[in-house]
Amino acid sequence: MTLVTFWFAVLVVLWTGFLVLEGFDFGVGMLHGVVGGGEAGRRAAIRAVGPLWDGNEVWLIVAAAGMFAAFPGWYATMFSGFYLPLLLLLVALIARGVSFEFRGRRDGARWRRTWDAAMTGGSLLAPLLIGVALGNLLHGVPIGADQEYTGDLADLLNPYSLFTGVTFVLLCALHGATFLALKTTGGVRLRAVRTARRVAPLTVAAVLGFAVWTAVLADKGLPAWLPEVVAVLAAAAAAWLVGRDRDGAAFTATTVTIAMVVLSIFAGLYPRVMVSTAGSATDLTVTNTASSPYTLRVMTVVAAVLLPVVLAYQGWTYYVFRRRVGDLDVPAASDAGRG
Amino acid sequence: MSTVDLARLQFAGTSIYHFLFVPLTIGLAFVTALLQTSWHRRGRAEDLRLTRFFGTLLVINVAVGVVTGLVQEFQFGMNWSAYSRFVGDVFGAPLAIEGLAAFFLESVFLGLWLFGWDRLPRRVHLATIWAVALGAALSAAFIMAANSWMQRPVGYQLTAAGGKATLTDIWAVLTNIVFLWAYLHVLAASLVTGGVVVLAVSAWQLRRRSDPAMFERSARFAVVVLIPATMLVLFFGGRLGINETKYQPMKIAAAEGQWDTCQPCAFSVFQIGGGNNDPTPTKIIEIPHLLSVLATGTWNGQVVGLNELQAQYQQQYGPGNYIPNIFIQYWSMRVMAYLGTLVLLLSLWGAWLVWRKRIAGAKWFLRLAVWAAVLPFLMNTAGWMLTENGRQPWIVQGLQKVEDAVSPSVSATQIVISLSVFALLYVALAAVDAFLMFRFARMQLTPAAAGEDESPALHFTY
Repeated sequence: MTLVTFWFAVLVVLWTGFLVLEGFDFGVGMLHGVVGGGEAGRRAAIRAVGPLWDGNEVWLIVAAAGMFAAFPGWYATMFSGFYLPLLLLLVALIARGVSFEFRGRRDGARWRRTWDAAMTGGSLLAPLLIGVALGNLLHGVPIGADQEYTGDLADLLNPYSLFTGVTFVLLCALHGATFLALKTTGGVRLRAVRTARRVAPLTVAAVLGFAVWTAVLADKGLPAWLPEVVAVLAAAAAAWLVGRDRDGAAFTATTVTIAMVVLSIFAGLYPRVMVSTAGSATDLTVTNTASSPYTLRVMTVVAAVLLPVVLAYQGWTYYVFRRRVGDLDVPAASDAGRG
Repeated sequence: MSTVDLARLQFAGTSIYHFLFVPLTIGLAFVTALLQTSWHRRGRAEDLRLTRFFGTLLVINVAVGVVTGLVQEFQFGMNWSAYSRFVGDVFGAPLAIEGLAAFFLESVFLGLWLFGWDRLPRRVHLATIWAVALGAALSAAFIMAANSWMQRPVGYQLTAAGGKATLTDIWAVLTNIVFLWAYLHVLAASLVTGGVVVLAVSAWQLRRRSDPAMFERSARFAVVVLIPATMLVLFFGGRLGINETKYQPMKIAAAEGQWDTCQPCAFSVFQIGGGNNDPTPTKIIEIPHLLSVLATGTWNGQVVGLNELQAQYQQQYGPGNYIPNIFIQYWSMRVMAYLGTLVLLLSLWGAWLVWRKRIAGAKWFLRLAVWAAVLPFLMNTAGWMLTENGRQPWIVQGLQKVEDAVSPSVSATQIVISLSVFALLYVALAAVDAFLMFRFARMQLTPAAAGEDESPALHFTY
């Protein structure tokens, strides 16, 4: 395996890690109002991801910075070309990021309603926009000979990319619901299971549609369809498992589904990183956007040393906070923020 | 306005804003870690309450710091794609290392610290806040390494076609002398920021006579941190200045508005007029030799003037204006240095009061200390304006100009949209953050007896 291929694989791992981990945070953010059934339940739902979400979001920072370091040409074209969707993504991530910290710091129904809305809206918009962005990599956008994006906003709003965005939203919702079923107790858990059962059929249908559409777009032979096939099977398994008291298995199934959906986009792309609608001569590929071999070697050493350490302590966090959270675990009166 | 001006305005605005929070959170992370260590060692209840109190201020600001940092990372690609293509091979690596080595550490361990009060053994829990502080300090290190490369590019070569800078020596980038002094300067400035904020909050509480024993303790703690930190920030800044004279002489000449080469060179305390179109301002109080000392570290050092540098650069890089905005250079340097000195004087006054055991009742000192809270933020902003404005018109000194660095595919309309969105969003965030900070900082602490029975985790979490 060459260095550029290796770094393409690293980026696939980073994007997959981000969407698998932050995916359930997005889902919990979207659903906390639905599954809460009251302030105590909402707080229990948020509490379940409280210690984890910030570390999960770092996967996005590292994925973007990894693109910058390993494939500067890809990073430059994608981020400047997808300008307005990424602006909106930043707004969504800012809104939901601060709402985690701000919502509990003051008493008052209006205050909490405001931040609940920011959390719900931001958590819903973020996967939608990420789906649109990743979908466009494979769908293709106008790219000039100088690797610069030559299209406009309308070029980004094509049916495949929008469908990918919707699929991501449904996936994150289901993933968040199975996470809450696994990590909470009492009323929150019951409502999470109920929501999961409602969302699951829609999600399976979306994943099936996405899988077929992606396989057609990627236009590769049979072995390359493997991620799509596994994604559909895993989504179906998740739909079957929710509500059957198999919380761990259901969450595993949604995890596999998200991972395979992300993988199918990148597998469809390789060795391209951005398809050009102006013809394959202007496609961005792993080779024509990559950094020098020296930089990639430096980054390989850094990743080989640091990534296992990161995985170890992040894994340890999940172990520390393995206990389920119930409505009774959060204080009834909101005195949060008092020193 | 051109797309370049708009993109610059947006980057400058969002960076300055982001950097209000960065030094504050680095400083408060160390403050919180030191307070918790003191509690761990001596077991005094006040220390635990102070840990929680300043830890909560830390958490409120980390939230804003993290989300505005994400904007910075996206912006390189969104608005500066030509720059990203040109330098990505060199500049991307420190950013990626920052994410892997620092952001994960800071974010994951902040979650552990925040929610881990009753889940982790005390010693392990103490280690988590130190990991947060270490992560915060490390992230500044890598970002400063990247920025210092823009000030003084090292360890690279240009591709044959000249279209890209490629990394040839990562150690050269990480041992860049400009990086060394700039990083230490920023780290010390962060401690000053944290120290002043702790002092200001303590002074506020002491003026209201709420819990004087506890806040006298935190005021004392702040003074102990501030005296060495302020001295170091001035010293490191001085060393940085001397290196900038070597590698970016334009930056230093513009900070004095020194048009003609001089030896020895005097430093003007103030001036009336000045700027790029007024080479003969009225200088008020000139201190002989001081510019030589500041710029070269020697009594009679030579400082090359703007006219000579401009001629030299035109010969080297072709026609163009290579002189940065002198008004910004001249005054940002003075705001930074004068306010830094003011903070030092205030801390020395505080130290004298602590020594005489009179700090809790020192009316004038406390009144001033409350207002001193704005000083570090002005200093930090001025410092960045000095260093970034002084590099103009370059984005990477001597290699790429700002005007050649913007995204060709992004229109002025798009930047106007994003600029407006960020402006609205950031003003709203600032208002909420300030509201919560003030509200929290003024809040009466729960009485010690009742406070210790409760699980601390409840206070922190959502």
